[in-house]
Amino acid sequence: MKCRRCRQPAVIDVRRHNAGFCAECFLRLCREQVRRAIDDFAMIRYGERVLVAVSGGKDSLGLWHLLRQLGYPADGLYIGLGIGAYSDESRRFARSFASREGAKLIEVDLPGDFGFDVAGGARAARRVPCSACGLSKRHLFNSTAIDRGYDVVATGHNLDDEAAVLFGNVLRWETGYLGRQHPVLPESPGFKRKVKPLVRLGEREMAAYCFLAGIDYIIEECPMAEGNRHLGYKAALDSIEERSPGTKAAFVFGFLERARDRFTGDAEEEREDLAPCTGCGAPTPGAVCAFCRMQERAAPAARSGRT
Amino acid sequence: MLVLLRNPRRELRIDAPPNVEALLAGLDIAPESVLVICNDTLVTRDARLSDSDVVEIRPVISGGAHP
Repeated sequence: MKCRRCRQPAVIDVRRHNAGFCAECFLRLCREQVRRAIDDFAMIRYGERVLVAVSGGKDSLGLWHLLRQLGYPADGLYIGLGIGAYSDESRRFARSFASREGAKLIEVDLPGDFGFDVAGGARAARRVPCSACGLSKRHLFNSTAIDRGYDVVATGHNLDDEAAVLFGNVLRWETGYLGRQHPVLPESPGFKRKVKPLVRLGEREMAAYCFLAGIDYIIEECPMAEGNRHLGYKAALDSIEERSPGTKAAFVFGFLERARDRFTGDAEEEREDLAPCTGCGAPTPGAVCAFCRMQERAAPAARSGRT
Repeated sequence: MLVLLRNPRRELRIDAPPNVEALLAGLDIAPESVLVICNDTLVTRDARLSDSDVVEIRPVISGGAHP
């Protein structure tokens, strides 16, 4: 297989583009796709302070690298979730990348700073671990960005993530979530702007980007993710994509262009009902936000040794 | 040839199939779900394989709660 652009031997085939690329042309393609996503959706302006949500995996480290390559001197935020050796390993990759790039990495530790880990939070809040993890990360990325004066939070959600989330929201007709699903969530009272610059790149492309750019990342899957619903949606979409390349991109971008507007009213109604949490000040539909409620239950249980 | 698989990490010694596509089909692995790294070089589905190759099949799917 030859590179579509330079006709040198290809190292990766991208079926969605019906093309192969050599290493140099592929890295350039990834930069172009992120550049296009940032421009098309007005994600980030030069000069703004960007905080990248870093997990130590391929998407977040690849995103951090791509943003810096494109001239955005972003800082990283790593959240230790207390998932044993997996957290230790993912933290090591985040620190190693920051050190290599001379980039600033902020660290927040859920057990050390808030008194509970993801497993304890999940038990206390009667959520599955991925839900407790997602809740903690969303809360802490936003609150850290506010506390430290960042303009925008960038996350490593890729095209496959967006397709899987959209698939799940359509299956359950979650109209509020559908109205909010977009590569940019604009700033609003209590929320920093949140952007997803990898929306034009698939999971495999991000893994290839990291390999070719020499970025070491944690390859092993989180031990708590096994069997989660999101992975099931990805598997279902992958089987469709295998037979019909390009389906995931058509699904996500078709939704954004032709269907999302129909649901934005539902999302706005939900946002109108938000008021500051009495504990931390984060916007919430109740008196106390879900993160504070989880902490109120999980931290005492952790202290008494029940988790 | 030596094949390194992940999640869980394990190694296989097998006779080299003619190319990467045949290797993945024989192991029942969807090509879009992995990178194939042959002797430390990323390779495409049509890359030829030989018995002296060391091949890593690296999964690309990440799940759980994304940041």
